[in-house]
Amino acid sequence: MTCLPAHSDKKLGLVIDLDTCVGCQACVTACKEWNTGGHMAPLTDIDPYGGHVDGVWFNRVHSYEHTTEMGGRTVNFPRSCLHCETPACVTVCPTGASYKRVSDGIVLIDEDKCIGCKLCSWACPYGAREFDTDVGVMKKCTLCVDRIYNDNLAEEDRVPACVAACPTSARHFGDLGDPQSAVSQLVAERGGVDLMPELGYHPTNKYLPPRAHTQRAASVPAKALEPVRAEGGFLGWVDRMLSN
Amino acid sequence: MHPAFSVVFFTTATGAGYGLLALLGVLGGLQIVPADFWLGLVGLGLALGLIAAGLLSSTGHLGRPERGWRAFSQWRSSWLSREGVASVITFIPAGLFGLGWVFFGRTEGWVAIAGLLAAIGAIVTVCTTGMIYASLKPIAQWHSRYTLPAYLIFAAMTGSVLLNALLQGFGIGSTGVLVLSLLATLAGWGWKLATWRHNDRLEIPTTANTATGLAGGTVRSLEWPHTEENYLLKEMGFRIARKHSAKLRMLAQALAFALPVLLIAATFALPWPYAAVPSVLAAIVQFAGMLVERWLFFAEAKHTVTLYYGR
Ligand code: SF4
Ligand code: SF4
Repeated sequence: MTCLPAHSDKKLGLVIDLDTCVGCQACVTACKEWNTGGHMAPLTDIDPYGGHVDGVWFNRVHSYEHTTEMGGRTVNFPRSCLHCETPACVTVCPTGASYKRVSDGIVLIDEDKCIGCKLCSWACPYGAREFDTDVGVMKKCTLCVDRIYNDNLAEEDRVPACVAACPTSARHFGDLGDPQSAVSQLVAERGGVDLMPELGYHPTNKYLPPRAHTQRAASVPAKALEPVRAEGGFLGWVDRMLSN
Repeated sequence: MHPAFSVVFFTTATGAGYGLLALLGVLGGLQIVPADFWLGLVGLGLALGLIAAGLLSSTGHLGRPERGWRAFSQWRSSWLSREGVASVITFIPAGLFGLGWVFFGRTEGWVAIAGLLAAIGAIVTVCTTGMIYASLKPIAQWHSRYTLPAYLIFAAMTGSVLLNALLQGFGIGSTGVLVLSLLATLAGWGWKLATWRHNDRLEIPTTANTATGLAGGTVRSLEWPHTEENYLLKEMGFRIARKHSAKLRMLAQALAFALPVLLIAATFALPWPYAAVPSVLAAIVQFAGMLVERWLFFAEAKHTVTLYYGR
């Protein structure tokens, strides 16, 4: 059913720290590795070793240069489905393939119902849905539904693959509907934000903006290098002769 | 947005088809146009043929067309599903209307009711098509109050120009329909100019800043996540150079509006059978012009995902 639930019991989602993300792409690879055998498998690659490689990925990491009056900095920015609370990707779906779960708020696609009309990908402002041209259906992040409830995994591994892989702990997973949860506390403490709030999709995932520039940066005591310029006169002649 | 030919053709053909169907339903049902056998056969055949060809072409861009029937299920939330349901339901009164007109040679009584119901179905279907586009918030050029009226006006315009061509062709030309097709074409032209004016001045609140959550200053894309174009860029990252867009706008205006206006005006001055020539030409030229217009409707629409790619 593509009507949205009025309320979901939990709001499972990710909190992504733009301050600590180093853009190593570990989450991207871990996501692909898990999910190409997971719930939405396969994540088809087209022409993987050729000149026009293309394929389905649930998570992509961009790099931006953010320049303000405080100076500029590089910000690495992972982008994946935000499991929005009011996602038009679900309501536009004509077949009922797209749905939002009442139990935990995860937005999923039933691959057996999808007709590949692509309208949901037009309705998602964040580019979270990618079409699998090989299978003819739409695919997207599942928040690793097949990991987070998986009794065969050790307790600490029951998190999305991207969260498990991140070497700088820039990705956090939890219930954003519970104000007491660790992720909600983190969002409150760091001033986490919604992406494109003006569109009214109410994304569940939050992004933690980079911390403010600091004046306490270490100063560099070394003297500036001198310009290299050929010496003139007698000493210069000796230098040139000896250098030859 | 990528202007896929199947979708461009679909909206142009079904728009003209439903416009013609609605006009035949109303004008036939109210006995304003005669229950002429050839008009019924060719007119309704053309209308239903355009609709069917458009619907078939739109299934051509589905990844799994064999499951297409599932698209009728989510009419409670989805405009695409509503469009599917409305288009299929409209075939019922339209078929009965055709039966009455062509086989029984009458357009009054139950046939008239079928005609009026077909006209209502046609208008509802065009509205659902318009709403598919008008409801998409990530595409500011579509998510505007200009989109839904545009679909209705263009359906009335292409439908009335087609109807006029048929009437003139069969030598039963009606001044009323001739005037209607002229006014509808002028209205279409005016609406398109107003839409372009509105879109050229759009101030879109969504920026690279709100897309990334990085407040203040400038956000410049340093590096994409991938080196080649992916689905997102192929489907939604389509860009058209400003100079091409200006040229194509001129071409669309010439073919869809200016030439048809001149040709329809010429029809006024000519006696039958000569009047049929400019009338038929007007319909053909306008259809080609509307294909260009619809191509631009996609090509000039900018999806918010392009912000992530610095486009
Ligand atoms: S990010 Fe896009 S695909 Fe994910 S729930 Fe929101 S609108 Fe849907
Ligand atoms: S592509 Fe599939 S999931 Fe998306 S709207 Fe169409 S049928 Fe629904």
